Amino acid sequence: MDQILKLLEDDATLTAQQLAVMLDKEVGDIKKTISAYEKDGVILGYKTIIDWDKTDKEYVTALIEVKLTPQKDLGFDKVAEKIYCYPEVESLYLMSGGYDLAVFIEGKTMKEVAYFVAQKLAPIDSVISTATHFVLRKYKDKGVVYGAVEQDLRGNEF
Amino acid sequence: MDYSKVLSKTAVSLKPSGIRKFFDLLGSMTDVVALTVGQPDFPTPWHIREAGIESLEKGMTYYTSNAGTEELRNEISAYMLRRFSLKYDAMTETMVTVGGSEAIDLAIRAIVEPGDEVIIPTPSFVCYEPIVRLVGGTPIILATERKDAFKLNPEKLKSLITPKTKMLVLPFPNNPTGAIMTREELAEIADILRDTNIVVLSDEIYAELTYGERHVSIAALPDMWERTILVNGFSKSYAMTGWRMGFLCAPAPILKQMLKIHQYAIMCAPTTSQIAATEALRNGDADIARMAAEYDRRRKYIHEGLRNIGLDAFEPKGAFYIFPSIGEFGLSGDEFCEKLLYNYRCAIVPGQAFGESGEGFARISYAYSVKHITSALERIDAFVTDLKKGTVK
Repeated sequence: MDQILKLLEDDATLTAQQLAVMLDKEVGDIKKTISAYEKDGVILGYKTIIDWDKTDKEYVTALIEVKLTPQKDLGFDKVAEKIYCYPEVESLYLMSGGYDLAVFIEGKTMKEVAYFVAQKLAPIDSVISTATHFVLRKYKDKGVVYGAVEQDLRGNEF
Repeated sequence: MDYSKVLSKTAVSLKPSGIRKFFDLLGSMTDVVALTVGQPDFPTPWHIREAGIESLEKGMTYYTSNAGTEELRNEISAYMLRRFSLKYDAMTETMVTVGGSEAIDLAIRAIVEPGDEVIIPTPSFVCYEPIVRLVGGTPIILATERKDAFKLNPEKLKSLITPKTKMLVLPFPNNPTGAIMTREELAEIADILRDTNIVVLSDEIYAELTYGERHVSIAALPDMWERTILVNGFSKSYAMTGWRMGFLCAPAPILKQMLKIHQYAIMCAPTTSQIAATEALRNGDADIARMAAEYDRRRKYIHEGLRNIGLDAFEPKGAFYIFPSIGEFGLSGDEFCEKLLYNYRCAIVPGQAFGESGEGFARISYAYSVKHITSALERIDAFVTDLKKGTVK
């Protein structure tokens, strides 16, 4: 049933009815499978990909590299849990390499982001250092290319 | 200048594609959801495009040998064996053409002489009949029927064969009907052809797009290889329509003649495209699988959608078209499609664009996203509902 996941990952608006027809399954079975995925936390949610740059929304996104001292027995999990509770945090990853946590945050202005880093992130006990990088332009996200609107340029062949 | 005195009478006598007017109309309208195109909606896979780009960067901008590069012909030979269990010697039995279209042209020109008859099953792609006429041959139309799932009926074929029959066009998997021919069905055709001198022009451009079972070429049947000219290409299987890349596989004596015509008419297929096509054959099997799986899901979706609307359409087994019957509303195919276009802003192609026997049907392409198909189905549904109620706008 991994096909359902792949199809929904590409287009979450597909209905159980549509999936059933396309995959030769019963609607009931599709619904059951999807709710099982939801229950087990395999499917965590459904969102829409929006190019906010095309709206009048004012916002900035930043990647903050965070170095930590691991806590005994807890590693990095405890501090990660603390960080992801802030609603400003869009994504949070534990990384290999030069730093430990990659924190993507969104704010209204650069000042707001800087304030968040200084007031919320940096003071956390095990945080050794932070480095803030502002996103200048999003080219592609979740497999979707930003900017270009797809046009059907195909000619009719006869 | 009096052009009527200089133009070739044969050229002038060719009917222009009847569907042009319809497409011009479509082009002038906005807000139309079209299901008309006969080409993939996927871009050519990136690794294939990249191979073409790299070749340009390296300055590979010369002609290749007439038949195509050795690398590409070797890959074509390997591909035919790998995918269709057919053996063709790369150097003497394969050649690269400018799309499947040139391949069809060469095959007909190499075989058909004035007075020869060519049996053409229709509905089918529009180019066979005009090319046969251009060389002075006589097209003999074999109308396939809904009751046979638009397959080639052996009895009909038998009844049309005369001492003048030179060639049989075998356009399967079929555009526009989505019909295929199974090995058993081909065996019946082979039995009829076995003791004749009829050459088969097997147009297998949709060979990679069959659903449920693999395509079987008539060349794979006993005694058929020697009489088959096989046309295939990259347009549909690798989403490479704009690259114009096709190929021919045929016994050496036939290939030699086709190559001669190609040499004088075309010189060689575009070099950039040949390099991209080589990459496609080397590393593109997964791309075919990915795209075919997507077409298959859309195929099921649109088939079910049309059934729910109440249009009779047999389940297509190949290509990316479905060919529902639209004859039950007292409208000609043209009228049906024009009203649907004008009043409901959805474009599909009247079946008779593919031969008289297509009257009463329409070709609907599903080389579109599910979202697009859904919105087209809604418009067709509104139209059919209004037709049934007698309240068509």
